[in-house]
Amino acid sequence: MAKQAPVLEVQDLRTYFYTRTGVVKAVDGVSFSLMPGETLGIVGESGSGKSMTALSIMGLVPKPAGKTVGGKVLLDGEDLLQKSNSEMRQIRGRKICMILQDPMTSLNPVYTVGNQLIETLRMREDARGHGLKERAIDLLSKVKIASPETRIGNYPHQMSGGMRQRVVGAIAISGSPKVLIADEATTSLDATIQYQYLQLLRELQKDTGLSIIFITHDFGIVAKMCDRVAVMYAGKMVEFAPVRDLFNKPSHPYTEALMRSVPNVDEEVDKLYAIEGQPPALDKLPVGCPFAPRCPYVFDRCLHEYPTSVTVGENHHAHCWKLI
Amino acid sequence: MQRYILFRGIQALFTLWILSLAIFLSVHLTGDPAQYLLGSEAGRTEYEQLKKNLGLDRPLYIQYIDFMGDVVRADFGKSHILGRSAREVLMERFPATLQLASAAFLIALVVGIPLGIVSAVKRDTPIDMFAKFFAVLGIATPGFWIAIMLILLFGAILGWLPTFGRGGLDHFVLPSFVLGWAAMAGMVRLGRSSMLEVLDSEYVKFARVKGLSERLVIFKHALKNAIIPLLTFSGLTLAGLLNGSVAVEVVFAWPGIGRLMLQGIQTRDFPIVQATVLAAGLFYILTALLVDILYAYVNPKIRYE
Ligand code: SF4
Repeated sequence: MAKQAPVLEVQDLRTYFYTRTGVVKAVDGVSFSLMPGETLGIVGESGSGKSMTALSIMGLVPKPAGKTVGGKVLLDGEDLLQKSNSEMRQIRGRKICMILQDPMTSLNPVYTVGNQLIETLRMREDARGHGLKERAIDLLSKVKIASPETRIGNYPHQMSGGMRQRVVGAIAISGSPKVLIADEATTSLDATIQYQYLQLLRELQKDTGLSIIFITHDFGIVAKMCDRVAVMYAGKMVEFAPVRDLFNKPSHPYTEALMRSVPNVDEEVDKLYAIEGQPPALDKLPVGCPFAPRCPYVFDRCLHEYPTSVTVGENHHAHCWKLI
Repeated sequence: MQRYILFRGIQALFTLWILSLAIFLSVHLTGDPAQYLLGSEAGRTEYEQLKKNLGLDRPLYIQYIDFMGDVVRADFGKSHILGRSAREVLMERFPATLQLASAAFLIALVVGIPLGIVSAVKRDTPIDMFAKFFAVLGIATPGFWIAIMLILLFGAILGWLPTFGRGGLDHFVLPSFVLGWAAMAGMVRLGRSSMLEVLDSEYVKFARVKGLSERLVIFKHALKNAIIPLLTFSGLTLAGLLNGSVAVEVVFAWPGIGRLMLQGIQTRDFPIVQATVLAAGLFYILTALLVDILYAYVNPKIRYE
């Protein structure tokens, strides 16, 4: 794998929001690469910039407040940030696609799921009028929807949440993209249903060689799904490691804290984020390490300088002064 | 879907019945119609005679059954003032009101909805500013004031347009504009907010993520959803225009039902009042029913329940 070229390479990506109170640096110098067939997890609390990183890659940052102001997003070597709107439209859905956070409302309530699948299929060059329905049915059975022939005529509200989520999955892979970004469902779907869905994504990945970026706050999911993990805090990636190494040797104090907050199976889910304090306001970031106010190891240097990248192991880096 | 329509139809009938009951009671229980008609100087025998003629001496429930029979046959009795059947007068006046309301409604739809939608799509651009200003103006300025100003400008000063009565197309311009004014502003506002909400939804985002063209995103995915609340609003607006034209009809001397109703009230012409109020209620209930059916048609959630 080492010799292979990455499908996606993100370099120093910056997406800022210009608000009345100041500039919010939602994504502030994010870099990573994604190999073919690999699954990368991006972990962090909500507001850490995970979802905005994904939207920046897709070129769908909410306008006019938000703007990607710097960096490169290289998909097969081509910089997506340099593409025009219409060029991006050709790329979205076909080369790179995304599953949004809320699968329950990602489908338009006034059209049948078949309609919404077929309209996506129709955009592909090889699409011809007939055969589209068969392909749509085929896709639905691929995502394990029982009796797809009748389900294709259903409206979203006639389906369960889990089923809708899988339909969204089917739409997302219908253009055979190389990269799929899956933003984790924030609406609480049943744990077993969620698990089945993740299994399904894995299977699809095995069949198609798809690369997946998995955005989540759940280390349990990371352990099951991902090859490598990036931990995000305040718009920056603070630790980067192969999944095994991260679990064996979490190096950044934030990663440690996140892992400690993973609930036991019997514990209440409320305890999930037992990290003291709040993530910092992104328009008033401190000069030094943004985690300093919440960090148990904080010392003088942390307050004055942003920590540099420290190599902790093979392919394992973290931004923290304590590690030097 | 059929069951839904049937259910809503029965509901509409029931509402209509309540309305007729209210009219009956308001005429019979809040005062003595014979007394009203005769005035205070009338003699005793005269009074008794009139009561008998009008059937007011019978028990209330008999009178009610009678009244219902008349209502079902759309027979509201003879107008004492005009000397003709109230139904006849009503039917004569109805086209004028309907035409005026339709013209106003058309203006509101054709100007209001597109302006609202466009201002949402082109948010924070000059066109959006204009639409917002227009909407606020439309809701804040009373119709009668605009009517007077327009009469002053186009009638008195410029002399371009006729300012009263019914006639050719030019007679429609001012009254229908004034009548549709607030409705138009309402449509701009609702169209804008509804479209903004839809544009912010997950399914519109997902449609973009899929790589659909902006045209499909707006016209297919956003518009149909944004129209749903507008539909209800338009229906009620139409009903409101049919009934709310009293002031406009009076100001522009438009020979419609609104003016008839006012005349009826002023002259204590009960058959006319009953006929016009009931007709107004009927418009409202019918349009509401129609809207509900249309609504079910565009919204599959209701259609399939
Ligand atoms: S740099 Fe300092 S404050 Fe930041 S995480 Fe490391 S020890 Fe904590």
